[in-house]
Amino acid sequence: MSDRRPVSLSAPRPATWIKTTPGGLYCEPGDFYIDPLHSVPRAVITHGHGDHARSGNGRVLATPGTIAIMRERYGEAAGGSMQPLGYGESVVIGGVTVRFAPAGHVLGSAQIVLAYHGSRVVISGDYKRRPDPTCAPFEPCNCDVFITEATFGLPVFRHPPDLQEIDKLLHSLVLFPERCHLVGVYVLGKCQRVLALLRQAGYQEPVFLHGALIKLTELYETLGVRLGPVLPLAAIAREALKGRIVLAPPAATADLWSRRLPEPLVAMASGWMRVRQRAKARGVELPLVISDHADWDELTATIDEVAAEEIWVTHGREEALVHHATQKGYRARALTLAGFEEDE
Amino acid sequence: MNRFAALLDALLFTPSRNGKLRLMREYFATVADPERGWALAALTGELVFDAAKPSQVHALAATRVDPELLGWSYDFVGDLAETVSLIWPEAVGAEIVVPSLAEIVDQLKRASRGEVGHLLAPWLDALDATGRWALLKLVTGSLRIGVSARLAKIALAEWGGVGVERIEEVWHGLAPPYLPLFDWLEGRQPAPQTADLPTFSPLMLAQPLEYAELEGLDPHDYLAEWKWDGIRVQLVARGGERRLYSRSGDDIGAAFPEVVEAMPAAVTLDGELLVLRDGAVASFNELQQRLNRQTPNPKLLRDHPAAVRLYDILREDAEDLRGLPFAERRARLESWYAKEPRPGLDLSQLVPFAGWDELRELRDGARERGIEGLMLKRADSAYVSGRPKGPWFKWKRGALTLDTVLMYAQRGHGKRSSFYSDYTFGAWRGDELVPVGKAYSGFTDEELLRLDRWVRNNTVQRWGPVREVSPEIVLEIAFDSVHRSSRHKSGVAMRFPRIHRIRWDKPVGEADTLEALERMLT
Repeated sequence: MSDRRPVSLSAPRPATWIKTTPGGLYCEPGDFYIDPLHSVPRAVITHGHGDHARSGNGRVLATPGTIAIMRERYGEAAGGSMQPLGYGESVVIGGVTVRFAPAGHVLGSAQIVLAYHGSRVVISGDYKRRPDPTCAPFEPCNCDVFITEATFGLPVFRHPPDLQEIDKLLHSLVLFPERCHLVGVYVLGKCQRVLALLRQAGYQEPVFLHGALIKLTELYETLGVRLGPVLPLAAIAREALKGRIVLAPPAATADLWSRRLPEPLVAMASGWMRVRQRAKARGVELPLVISDHADWDELTATIDEVAAEEIWVTHGREEALVHHATQKGYRARALTLAGFEEDE
Repeated sequence: MNRFAALLDALLFTPSRNGKLRLMREYFATVADPERGWALAALTGELVFDAAKPSQVHALAATRVDPELLGWSYDFVGDLAETVSLIWPEAVGAEIVVPSLAEIVDQLKRASRGEVGHLLAPWLDALDATGRWALLKLVTGSLRIGVSARLAKIALAEWGGVGVERIEEVWHGLAPPYLPLFDWLEGRQPAPQTADLPTFSPLMLAQPLEYAELEGLDPHDYLAEWKWDGIRVQLVARGGERRLYSRSGDDIGAAFPEVVEAMPAAVTLDGELLVLRDGAVASFNELQQRLNRQTPNPKLLRDHPAAVRLYDILREDAEDLRGLPFAERRARLESWYAKEPRPGLDLSQLVPFAGWDELRELRDGARERGIEGLMLKRADSAYVSGRPKGPWFKWKRGALTLDTVLMYAQRGHGKRSSFYSDYTFGAWRGDELVPVGKAYSGFTDEELLRLDRWVRNNTVQRWGPVREVSPEIVLEIAFDSVHRSSRHKSGVAMRFPRIHRIRWDKPVGEADTLEALERMLT
């Protein structure tokens, strides 16, 4: 705790200038919202997932990667004007300095670092700490208030090494060579990360993609992330999919769509797969604990690392992380923000 | 232990029988003795420790983790063994050696209940999360991975290239970790000798029969007897020991001590285990009460007395009778039975008949409780393990039926995992529908497609994998019988319910009432 930044006595308390509102987190002097829940005149966006980056805002500030993703998803509706800001760069809005630091969650994901009259707040957005070949690594930033996510804010959530999970998938392909391995992945981030991890593990075969995954995967390639050979599933004969890996959005794995695959073996790549009963309830045969969110150890280590005076905890299992931070001597509280989905 | 834990984990998640078999075969083929033998014992339920109480496990975890965090985690996960396995802090240190299953078994066997906690902590430190889960499942006494003892034996038989009957024959002469068994299956030794041991002889089973098939059969070739509604058992007394086996070869003697006690010496018998009062068969539900208890209390023994109604004799003294024709075995059974009083046993009577029509009338007219239908056995049939085609038929009594309303649907498993194929149906009690059962079968693939589509389009609410549907479809359910049940909200439970017809045409208001079902109680 000794390496905390000295707090300037004249600096305004963060709670006086950054507020929770029904529309989301609001920075009053800058008159902008962070990841607003409905359209606002001015929005700062942490990353491209649909529950954070919504369409229809007036002016949008985000990283170039996030803007590319929003344009891909929403086209013209992405926002009235899109202002790109790279990692490490800053702009001043209404006296508030806004800077982006990598969050390591998905391509383009950023923590938003706000400074106002010597008071500093970091909004982590969603983040993780382990290496991810598809995006820039999380960069810890000292601050007075660290607003952290808590999706996996319980000590039962400890994600195993990624490649160990990928090995489970590859071993299953050897054991069940006649079955199509259907892996449920989130459209943005997880899909591309699983592809990159498969390549890291030495798997060079083509991977087949559900239609909903194709555009964003192509966008990753355009932005310089190499994912190896992928093929759209649409034109492939059923027989040719035996012993192949097919990626699809999670909902599609239990959908009518999956019936055209030969004896599909349903896998799911998600941090929730750590809990067996959850995996069983979703009809998953091969749970792969691969998450784009920080696990318990990453969450608690990050809290120590950013050396903030105060920890605000949002979307997830807030109470456990607040309890932990309080025990460690931080001022901590849960921040209730409506509208965030429980799913990754 | 890690291989065993990975096997349990994979078995838990693999819904298909073939997938489970393949996982177990691979395990037996690649894991050495004695580890695989202990694993086989765990899979077949021969290795039950029940050594640690859940409260001990909870207390142990609370020594390593903040109790508040443990509590929230348990609330979220819902299963104690899993919560503790996930939350247990990974130990850091170089010289941690993962214990083998054999070591764990060895030490647990020698430990008193108070010592279990001291044993567990270093093992939990040494294992990974899956290993900790498997260990905690093992010591708290229930694996629940959807593998029966028989399925494990089938996997072993397939891997060893022998029939499962051969495994079942030698099984009860062996003890974990089954080294002679693996020696035999890998061709290093002859089959284990079981001559003087009270081992199980796999049962001869019958094929189902439809009336139309009788046309091609000559009534003079067959003997008929009632098919009683209990559970098929084998009584084996040999070498001074006595065993009561279920049809899958499980030793169920502990649950039926009065039957074992009354068992005569030096004989192997085939019969139906029933709750019998003065020769009258009680409902299957009463037998179920006994089957639910591993060891019955005196009240249960007094209120639900069990006995065996005999069908066949397989061995008398040292003589194996299985090669004799059924008619001769039947004569031997009758003379053996007549020799002296046989408490706890009676004879299933033959049903004389002249032709098939007469037999059908007898079958349809039989309303005595406990009769499920008729058995037809060729008079010249030898006793052959398994379900040979031709010599024996079961001809069940016509099913009862009820018009019910589809209430909930759930996705199936394996090939059906994308289909809503498990249906909960209800009957009317006033204006309210009360669930009365669940059915998974009885429809064609086309009907399944149509029902699945209907369910998806008519869902009113979802709870996880379950969909509640709008009450609009009448399902005509066929079932064998219905009995009282305190475990069901309706107070009754059906035996073998299946979908007889989907009444797309029938208005739900005309479906049956719970009262109508209660009138069919046996």
